[in-house]
Amino acid sequence: MQNKLHLSAERVAYARRLAEKIAEPVARFIDGHSSMTVERATLRLAGADGANPDGVPVPNLVVDQVRAADPSFLEDGVLLRYVNALVKSGSTVAELNAKIAAGFDVSSLPLGERAAIERKAAELVDRAAERIRGNRERREAKRSEWAGKNNDPLLYLIVATGNIYEDVKQATAAAEQGADVIAVIRTTAQSLLDYVPYGATTEGFGGTYATQENFRIMRAALDEVAERQKRYILLTNYASGLCMPEIAAMGALERLDMMLNDSMYGILFRDINMYRTFVDQKFSRMINAYAGIIINTGEDNYLTTSDAYEKAYTVLASQLLNERFGFQAGLPPKLLGLGHAFEMDPTIRNGFLYELAQAQMAREIFPEHPLKYMPPTKFMSGDIFKGLAMNTMFNFVSKATNQGIHLLGMLTEAIHTPFMMDRFLAVDNAKYVMNNMEGFADDVEFKKGGVVMTRAREVLDQTIAFLEEVGGMGLFDAIERGLFAEVKRPKDGGKGLEGLIKKGPTYWNPFEERLERELGISGAKGGN
Amino acid sequence: MRVVRPYGDTLDDGKVQLSFTLPVPDGAKGREAARKLVLSWGFKDCEVTHSHPLSADFSFYVAYGKTEASIDYDSVVADEAESDGSMDMDGVNAFIREHIGRKVVIVGACTGFDAHTVGIDAIMNMKGYNHHYGLERYPMVEAYNLGAQVPNEKLIEFAAKVKADAILVSQVVTQKDVHLRNLAELVELLEARGERRKYVLVAGGPRIGNKLAVELGYDVGFGKGSYADHVASFVVRKMVERQRS
Ligand code: B12
Repeated sequence: MQNKLHLSAERVAYARRLAEKIAEPVARFIDGHSSMTVERATLRLAGADGANPDGVPVPNLVVDQVRAADPSFLEDGVLLRYVNALVKSGSTVAELNAKIAAGFDVSSLPLGERAAIERKAAELVDRAAERIRGNRERREAKRSEWAGKNNDPLLYLIVATGNIYEDVKQATAAAEQGADVIAVIRTTAQSLLDYVPYGATTEGFGGTYATQENFRIMRAALDEVAERQKRYILLTNYASGLCMPEIAAMGALERLDMMLNDSMYGILFRDINMYRTFVDQKFSRMINAYAGIIINTGEDNYLTTSDAYEKAYTVLASQLLNERFGFQAGLPPKLLGLGHAFEMDPTIRNGFLYELAQAQMAREIFPEHPLKYMPPTKFMSGDIFKGLAMNTMFNFVSKATNQGIHLLGMLTEAIHTPFMMDRFLAVDNAKYVMNNMEGFADDVEFKKGGVVMTRAREVLDQTIAFLEEVGGMGLFDAIERGLFAEVKRPKDGGKGLEGLIKKGPTYWNPFEERLERELGISGAKGGN
Repeated sequence: MRVVRPYGDTLDDGKVQLSFTLPVPDGAKGREAARKLVLSWGFKDCEVTHSHPLSADFSFYVAYGKTEASIDYDSVVADEAESDGSMDMDGVNAFIREHIGRKVVIVGACTGFDAHTVGIDAIMNMKGYNHHYGLERYPMVEAYNLGAQVPNEKLIEFAAKVKADAILVSQVVTQKDVHLRNLAELVELLEARGERRKYVLVAGGPRIGNKLAVELGYDVGFGKGSYADHVASFVVRKMVERQRS
């Protein structure tokens, strides 16, 4: 990696140490806790699936039954009762799921012999691990078979019709037009559901429900296009909201390739409780890591919420924190698609140079990370012609600074979710720009003390000052006092706090143990 | 009566740019279909200047049409809330002191599952938007911004608690008309409690027009490019108008 900005390596290392120090006490908190959705994710990995006639998913039924029987049972981990029911009834996972959906209560059975339960659980863990490993291997095999066929940066497009079958048409067309990554954006409000809907869905607002069946349908469709095009098409969805780890589990099982996963997005932008989010994000990221799924973090949101020029440092600060929380969960740099965005007010003089400086800075500070670069959205307007010009500038910066994942801007961003032709115009624009300036990054350097270098140094300095301030009071307090994204989130406020679970001395989660072992990370140890 | 038509490079040439997608393969037949389609919309003349495949079964077209249709410009009535006559911040405060004589209480939120805060913040937060200070900065306004994802019930309860004079509602997501349902629900809830007339009710958002808002039972609607001074001017004038009537 070229070093064009001459940022001080020492200062960058110091910023990383600050992030490490901030994340450390949070990690201690996380490791002592589980949550309803962490438990449900564990059940999903074990095979719990389906829903009752009212649409309540089996994993929710099980967790609710166990909690209703005795709230302290969840402190042992929910899996104990589910596997106990498997052992006692002698049924298969599918049979047990059907019974639960029909009203059977797993907590009604007394606990049987521990060794038998553990043997059965080990079998389930192996089965899940094998399936996920298989997915990872299939992805790796296809990507190496078709190496060099994807665009660089990867061109990323969103579909959002609300109807999975319509999404398939749009996604197929987008892939045929040259997109490498298809993200199925979720319906408004799914983040606030404390369950994951079941089955294929055709009704959504501004997006499509993330369900395991929808994942499967889209995966199959993209695999088909990929075979035709001899180019691997990556599938993305959102592990965010109140069900982060469950959606991560579904993504791992259905071979998604990328997932939106930010350590603080839920807290700041969806008003989800902070403790809950920190606990959820870790387990979800462990699953992502094991599945070889690239996470995409949500730094762009800081820039759309506040002024993008003034608050540029919040992006770097968040990237460093996301990186640290990612490391804690076993994600290597190559799976850390840290986010940033081209969101400055287009009327700022030299705005382009500042954007270039910040994109290059991200590249140099995170050299191995597949950075996810987001297009202008906030200042997009009904003037689609201006919008197209802004997207062209964005495409230029992305290629000039070797970004990894390039989310294509839509000229109609301010108007509606994209039409099919909007996506085509976006791909066409990006391909034109990126081909036209292929060698630019290699050929061009920046003037010493010029606008670009000065801006990068300034943002790094501001980031360090900010992280020092956050470190001084601790992350929980910093969020409570509104240091991030200008919003204040009380520690015990927000949604989902009631779903937090303190791990008991005999907490048992063999999936978590297996992930920790395979990922080489440590977590809290239960008492057994 | 003033007759106008689209202007390309000559008065009344009626030239219009169009682009659209058809669910058919690209090719001569697709282009001819596109041309005929444009003519069927009443254009007198059409040239398809560009076509491109979007996938095996879809194609994209750029076309120019010439229309003879016209409009009597003088007969047109705009749908936007009157912002020309609005006062600035100082004007609003002076108006409140003179005609109301106490602080005006304004509560705002982005309701339902809509998580977009930037629009309501632009109207309410201290900092404001585009060099227009927000309502929190107005000395004679007591402003409460409840943020986003606020249920209608909660907004109403809060408004009752602080004895609000006006309620501001932001709706940004409009897909499948969720905003219409959300906006209508607030009015219904207020009416059910017999409290609709207690408040000046203001709707806002990029896809909200004044006409739409009024149809839904609001006093006014503000769309793109509206600022706190427009909203404040409307609210205080409406309050005084109601006092008098
Ligand atoms: C920033 C942004 C976000 C951010 C919001 C961050 C935040 N803290 O608010 C995030 C990333 C969270 C987000 C999420 C989503 N977004 Co969004 N978002 C935008 C974006 C890029 C900019 C909006 C903005 O901030 N504009 C700047 C403000 C100042 O403008 P404004 O809102 O129009 O407000 C002005 C006026 O309308 C008016 N006004 C607004 N409210 C009020 C209220 C009153 C009382 C008054 C008087 C005036 C008023 O005054 C303001 C100042 O002039 C727009 C695209 C665009 N360029 O418009 C999409 C957009 C609004 N989002 C969209 C969608 C679909 C979503 C999601 C549903 C996507 C998804 N499936 O997850 C989610 C919504 C989740 C949810 N639960 O709501 C769509 C909406 C499509 C539609 N018409 O339904 C848009 C248009 C993008 C697109 N093309 O798809 N989004």
